[in-house]
Amino acid sequence: MHYDKLIFELSATGKSGYAIPKCDVRDIVLTKLAKTLRNSPLMLPCVSEAECVRHFTNLSTQNHNVDSGFYPLGSCTMKYNPRVNEDVAMLNGFSMLHPLQPANSCQGILRLLYELQCCLAEITGMDAVTLAPAAGAHGEYTGLLIIKKYHEQRKDNNRRKIIVPDSAHGTNPASAAVAGFDVVVIKSTPDGGVDLDELKAALSDEVAGLMLTNPSTLGLFEEKILEIAALVHAAGGLLYYDGANMNAIMGKTRPGDMGFDVIHLNLHKTFSAPHGGGGPGSGPVGVKSFLTDYLPLPQLIKTEDEYYEFIVDLPQSIGRIKNFYGNVAVLIKAYAYILTLGAAGLREASEIAVLNANYLKELLRNDYQLAVNKECMHEVVFAGLADKNSGVTTLDVAKRLIDYGYHPPTIYFPMIVEQAMMFEPTETESKTALDEFAAAMLKIAREAKETPEIFKNAPYTAPVSRPDEVAAARKPVLKYSGA
Amino acid sequence: MHRYIPVTETDKATMLDRIGKSSIDELFVAIPESIRLQTDLNIPEGISEPELIKIMKVCADENISTEDLCCFLGAGCYDHYIPATIKHLVSRSEFLTAYTPYQPEISQGTLQAIFEYQSNICNLTGLAYSNASLYDVATATGEAAFIAADATRRKKILVSRAVDPQIRAVLRTMLVNASIETEEIALIDFATDGLNCSAKSNDGVAAIIVQSPNFFGTIEEMKAFSEIAKANKALFIAIVDPISLAILPTPAEYGADIAVGNAQPLGNPMNFGGPHIGFIAVTEKHLRRLPGRIVGQTVDREGRRCYVLTLQAREQHIRREKATSNICSNQALCALTATIYLSLVGADGLQEVARQCTNKSYYAREQLLATESFNAVRQPVFFREFVLAAKSGATKVNELLMNCGILGGYDLSADYPEYRDHLLFCVTEKRSKQEIDRLCQVLS
Repeated sequence: MHYDKLIFELSATGKSGYAIPKCDVRDIVLTKLAKTLRNSPLMLPCVSEAECVRHFTNLSTQNHNVDSGFYPLGSCTMKYNPRVNEDVAMLNGFSMLHPLQPANSCQGILRLLYELQCCLAEITGMDAVTLAPAAGAHGEYTGLLIIKKYHEQRKDNNRRKIIVPDSAHGTNPASAAVAGFDVVVIKSTPDGGVDLDELKAALSDEVAGLMLTNPSTLGLFEEKILEIAALVHAAGGLLYYDGANMNAIMGKTRPGDMGFDVIHLNLHKTFSAPHGGGGPGSGPVGVKSFLTDYLPLPQLIKTEDEYYEFIVDLPQSIGRIKNFYGNVAVLIKAYAYILTLGAAGLREASEIAVLNANYLKELLRNDYQLAVNKECMHEVVFAGLADKNSGVTTLDVAKRLIDYGYHPPTIYFPMIVEQAMMFEPTETESKTALDEFAAAMLKIAREAKETPEIFKNAPYTAPVSRPDEVAAARKPVLKYSGA
Repeated sequence: MHRYIPVTETDKATMLDRIGKSSIDELFVAIPESIRLQTDLNIPEGISEPELIKIMKVCADENISTEDLCCFLGAGCYDHYIPATIKHLVSRSEFLTAYTPYQPEISQGTLQAIFEYQSNICNLTGLAYSNASLYDVATATGEAAFIAADATRRKKILVSRAVDPQIRAVLRTMLVNASIETEEIALIDFATDGLNCSAKSNDGVAAIIVQSPNFFGTIEEMKAFSEIAKANKALFIAIVDPISLAILPTPAEYGADIAVGNAQPLGNPMNFGGPHIGFIAVTEKHLRRLPGRIVGQTVDREGRRCYVLTLQAREQHIRREKATSNICSNQALCALTATIYLSLVGADGLQEVARQCTNKSYYAREQLLATESFNAVRQPVFFREFVLAAKSGATKVNELLMNCGILGGYDLSADYPEYRDHLLFCVTEKRSKQEIDRLCQVLS
């Protein structure tokens, strides 16, 4: 059943789901306080606690989620989110800490964060890490400001360009633009790799750096990475690593060893922190030692006598990028994950993530058109159905998958692949889960041949089907405005 | 085999066979040999759940949290009461383990919750449109400044020195890298100096940014600043506190073009600084300049009311290098928290919280002055926070308080050298008269 009530429609004056102790000090006459007070009506919902609980519980049941089923959304690493990590992040000794309390009253959390910095540096092969950025795109932005500052400090003032392959995540060019760079887009090779000729042609003394995702958005490892790094460095540029696909390579290779100077990670992807319906995320940034002076404020350090504290007296820093220091509750979950897996577990996670993706590729390759016929890493990209005659599109397949109880893959990305479908099974799916999913995919491929007309109105089993997105954008209704 | 991984040795063999490989390492041959890790990462061996809990508990116990400390510290992060229900609802798998609602058919829960969140933010601020939330108030202020620069085609922002120093610092980082100049408006008696604001305003200014209650808790004359902005055809950006909006005039009432704020006080734990949540709301005119995700109402093919991500043509994944913001995620779970909080407290509850913050902060100020440990400062009307000058020094006062289990005020000297030994105290509805009296008793 489709629960479709808005909380405002349950509201009735007089109801409340909240009680605090009665005010035990004298009342200030508010009108004496401020010249004017709020004039417009406060239209917050008035509901009982039980109604509130029922409302949000009913809403929640309309979400597909990792706990209820397979969620192969490519590039998003929808792996299992361990519950114990939620518990430890919610310990009062963490969640009830004020960010401005004196360092000597919070050495525990500072030590934890410092150790997380060290773990992330080790996993990525970088020399220093800041935990400040709030999300992946925020990490990109931070990393790019570091690259900008580096060139500025060297008085190398012509370097205004950032090279971004056309296969990159949309945030890459957007982050570069917001950081004040001119974006140079280069064409990728048909298999989604960097086209060396294109790169060479784009490199000059105006280039500040290259942003690269490795494995690429086609799920392939960039085999020429060392050559690429050498070319960019020889031209005086720096190499930026988009860590969205880090789940493929933990314990196998490290961006730092590939020649990257600045990296970001998505702790809500690779390090198992839950996605929360779109956030909060966490996007730590790692740098090589020659860039540590430019890291954002504050920096968390350990003194010689094992005392942990924030320092802000760093004149070369890019400055502050966020209130306080990072999305701490997310950072705690990532740290718990790393402790739980250990070196061997992290490597195993990446190995199985890659095995699962390759296995799924084999199961689907006859009925769906592989974008590139090569061993993939942790995700695999198809260019729609193998049979192009049915008229059934990638969007149709995605919507039909919902009827089989699955979240669709990422669709129409990367943009360099027509009808793209990007599957990322992650290491927390079993062989049985993959077999069952593939069976549904093959059944859909058969339906495309035999009954293509059923796709038009799919999904049939979801609470709603094919919302009118054009109407939503043409005449935006973005808030409740009364019955 | 790790307990989070369900692929057995037998499975592996079958799968490799199907793929046509004899080992997992063969799947990694694309990695050049010289950069393949030859040894284990230098990270300790994995541990069991009981071991993890023990380690984390030890770590948590090394902190003295506001569970044990009586908190009179605010300065951008607030210790309000969080109803028990919130944790239970927000921890539900369905909300916690879903991602951005790209597929509306199976994401109506998240989408509708965001729609309700947007509705609440619009009602609190009085403005026409809001989005699905931003990282925090500091980055939200930066995004608001970008909107203003884009809308006015001007390259200078005036920001009051009474705006939270961390917000100003983030704003500087964001603006300097976008080649937008910032200039600060001077203070007078812990409020923004109106004359200084007028003097600095001209037709080159894209926006004036004032916070109310400001960093010191002072309620600013927002209408006056809004008029100065209007007179110069600049936008007025108000940084506001969501709880104070239950009683104070809305940004719409004083003519703000954009309102931003920190929604952490709405049911989100302090979490040592994050995740928090920034909100943003704009007048009708600036809808298409709003950054980030936006949820809109529509109907499905059977005419059923439902919700989708909308106006995506603004966004980075479509506009790429032409985007004016790179925001991709939002703080969805924190926005859900704020939505549930507002649903539980309702209009009356929020007004009660705001009223108690006011009553208790005024009571605390009066009682603290009565201890004769502080000098009064000239400060106009305030909300929840106020400034006093410590006679024996700010550090000494805070150390004394900490020894008595009290988290004292924020020492203003680092951010405002002219306010040496001035402390910014915060009193929320959570503090009882008894706790306030104890604070004063310790300092008597």
